[in-house]
Amino acid sequence: MKTIKIQLLVNNNEYEVSVSPNETLLDILRERLGLTGTKRGCEIGECGACTVVMNGEAVNSCLILAPQADGSKIMTVEGLMRNGEYHPLQQSFLNHDAVHCGFCTPGMLMSAYVLLQQKQNPTETGIKQAIAGNLCRCTGYQQIVEAIGDVGKKGETD
Amino acid sequence: MPRKIVKSKYFFEEDFIETIGEVSTEKVKDWGPNSQLKVVGKSLSRIDGYDKVSGTAKFSFDISLPNMVYAKTLRCPLPHAKIKKIDISEAKKVPGVLAVLTYENAPKIPWYYGMSFLFDPHLRYEGDEVACIAAETEQIAVDALKLIHVEYEELPFVVDAGAAMKPGAAKVHDAGNVVRGEPQIYKRGDIEKGFKQADVVVEDTFSTQVEIHNPTEPHCSVVNWDGSRLTIWDSTQGVFSVRDAIAGYLKMPASKVRVIKKYMGGAFGSKLEAGKYTVMAALLARETGRPVRIALDRRAMNLAVGNRPGSVQKLKVGAKKDGTLTAMNHYSYGAAGAYPSGAGCSRPFRTLYKCFNVRSEEYTVFINTGRGRPFRAPGHVQGTFAFESIIDETAEKIGMDPLAFRIKNYAEVDPASNRPYTGKLLRQAYKRGAAAIGWQDRKPAGSGSGPVKTGLGVATQIWWGGGGPPAYATLKLNRDGSAHVIAGSQDLGTGTYTFIAQVAAEVLEIPMEKIQVTLGDTAVAPYCGSSGGSTTAPSVSPAVRDAAEQMKTKLISAAAAVLEIPGNQLVYKNGIISVKNKPDKKLTIANIVRRMRERVLLTTGARNANPSGYAINTFGAQFARVEVDTYTGRISVKKIVAAHDIGRVLNRKTLENQVHGGILQGLGFALIEERVMDEFTGKMLNANLYDYKMPAIYNVPEIEVIIVSEGDAKISNTGVKGIGEPAMIPTPAAIANAVYNAIGVRLKSLPITPDKVLMALQG
Ligand code: FES
Ligand code: FES
Repeated sequence: MKTIKIQLLVNNNEYEVSVSPNETLLDILRERLGLTGTKRGCEIGECGACTVVMNGEAVNSCLILAPQADGSKIMTVEGLMRNGEYHPLQQSFLNHDAVHCGFCTPGMLMSAYVLLQQKQNPTETGIKQAIAGNLCRCTGYQQIVEAIGDVGKKGETD
Repeated sequence: MPRKIVKSKYFFEEDFIETIGEVSTEKVKDWGPNSQLKVVGKSLSRIDGYDKVSGTAKFSFDISLPNMVYAKTLRCPLPHAKIKKIDISEAKKVPGVLAVLTYENAPKIPWYYGMSFLFDPHLRYEGDEVACIAAETEQIAVDALKLIHVEYEELPFVVDAGAAMKPGAAKVHDAGNVVRGEPQIYKRGDIEKGFKQADVVVEDTFSTQVEIHNPTEPHCSVVNWDGSRLTIWDSTQGVFSVRDAIAGYLKMPASKVRVIKKYMGGAFGSKLEAGKYTVMAALLARETGRPVRIALDRRAMNLAVGNRPGSVQKLKVGAKKDGTLTAMNHYSYGAAGAYPSGAGCSRPFRTLYKCFNVRSEEYTVFINTGRGRPFRAPGHVQGTFAFESIIDETAEKIGMDPLAFRIKNYAEVDPASNRPYTGKLLRQAYKRGAAAIGWQDRKPAGSGSGPVKTGLGVATQIWWGGGGPPAYATLKLNRDGSAHVIAGSQDLGTGTYTFIAQVAAEVLEIPMEKIQVTLGDTAVAPYCGSSGGSTTAPSVSPAVRDAAEQMKTKLISAAAAVLEIPGNQLVYKNGIISVKNKPDKKLTIANIVRRMRERVLLTTGARNANPSGYAINTFGAQFARVEVDTYTGRISVKKIVAAHDIGRVLNRKTLENQVHGGILQGLGFALIEERVMDEFTGKMLNANLYDYKMPAIYNVPEIEVIIVSEGDAKISNTGVKGIGEPAMIPTPAAIANAVYNAIGVRLKSLPITPDKVLMALQG
């Protein structure tokens, strides 16, 4: 199959990758760039485990064809830590035990990150909307909502 | 280290297991209530938290090896068929395809208790494995699957348990559709006599749906041959059980198979056994000479790796006017799927209340669907829904408060064996739970005014969850006073890593940060059982305490030798050993280990035997408050109070998380989740996460967790019982009873969807 060269800025690192037109952004992140923090739970946009930030929006990376992502700015869970320090969201997820098996966690963190970028101190309804597309089979979600709400309240959005 | 070989019994997923094993007989002081402890019982953050929030946690699917290839499986599109012809020539020609396995070229490896093979030309369900391809990329494998041409002979099928029991039904296996050819029958006392003594008799029929586990991480393995040695990164609840199964299938020594599982994205019972996909990957890896990664897609997850069997339960309960239960009868059937698996659900019925005359008759039948597997409290969730519903009905018929009726029939000893319990604090659970939900304000059924009606309901939980031997833990204490605990158990997100560190820290009085825990690796860890049955914490935590106590004893003996002072003159505090009344005469761990010319001190702890002559159970009561909109049929669960007796809490924070998760799965089972089969085509209509609904954020009720127990000292040196399954068991029944209380009409079929509510309201 013909390959296409695309440019990506992922977690502030520049990449040039040759991709097949039917590869997804998720494939590229995981299999080419080795960024396996982003998870694959369904491959068809139903679980949210593959959520990443693309040009400021939370997207299911399994639904983005790699060529569509050309020239995009991407952030994955691996981009959250700053100089070896937790992002407030990560710390809050730990404090609230918003993590069980951890498989949905990267996607949850990315959805939450975008929410807090777009809205300071979101309401509980706003938080629920932001993670409505992220399925978790282990926790009761409440801890996740509280973890995000806490960061919002403290105004630590970045 | 005192050890002996004993017989010990415990319950694991679907049956009692009697083990003969080496256990610790070390008698250590009971820890007493958690308030006297420094680390155990506290709300501590998970020690593996960093890995999980930073994205560095490597799940099996994240393992990538140099030169790795990808495997994908072709699955049968029909519910029942025989392969007439299979042609792989075109698929093999696709550039990048490296190997193709089918029944024609793969070794004939017996599967499903010898009833089938790894690849069987006789396919008995939609999703049954037909072929497996290894290719340079996953996409090439997926594309090549479409070029395998299969000619099927379509066979008659049946996908409903009730239909499968009727004469003339399509046969899944030649021997007939009833598993073992007969029902499982249990009885005690004389139900005829008991029903005669009853003032009221209530009869009713309940049904529950098939539920799919759908953990977020698909089943997967990465396999690598290194000469004659095989390493498998598997998403599994039992590394040793997978190791032994794979060694058996491939006829190789278990010592040459290494199974590793560090992190896993949920399982709930669906990852307790070795999968066909793992063996296929191993065969393909051998054929290609390269590592292989294989992962199921979501459709296969729904079709082929287990489910909670559905049930139809006909119940009959007799009671006297004063509330005494006189007799109970339970008749049920459910489907194993295409191969044997348990569909029984009468255990709670047999063991929850005091009743002398009890009988149950359970049929498990074959149908042409994926096989069932244990699913979080197998049998108990569906059994408790039906039983606790009819208990409510009986209470109402004799005019008693449902809670008072339950307490009237409280079992002081195990009704099935007449043995005393090691501990049972169910009364406290009822009491505190009732207070928390506001039970005293409960109104008569259907008495509310207005279109949205509120109701309260209660249901009781019984489960085993006491764990047992064998379970071992190795403790390595380094010269710098840091420690490493290694156990062949696994952490499913349940907090195993963390509680192990807590137990070691408690005994050795060293900071949590100095403790490292390794789990889920058959090459380095001593044996522990699979993580299921709510047995992990109750089995493993005592072994860890045993190992740590031995280490402390070892340090004290060594210090006694160094100081030339009898050991009983020494005190151990915060990793420092000093002479009684002479606090400056002291040795640190480093001093002692150096003097011993060691760098790593080693002990191995073992789980003690369970006390004989006792029944070991967990108990709990959950209370639900619901709102039912009688215009739309929508049910909104407002609050669940979960009050449980589960022995000692090891970590309050991870415990709460576990209970919340169990309740949400219970809510999903009560109101949302259901496998939908098309009886005309024999296919599953909702084999994805869009149509197979699981609870999402909007379904979450307020949850209050009450633990009424401290350590159960009769069981083990930690007194821990499990919570994973207990948390889910009573939720659906409590919700269903609350719905009845709200609208005055009983919903007897799960899930209770709005259409069923509206139909019921219209009579
Ligand atoms: S993997 Fe993308 S939404 Fe599930
Ligand atoms: S923590 Fe397991 S899926 Fe969310």
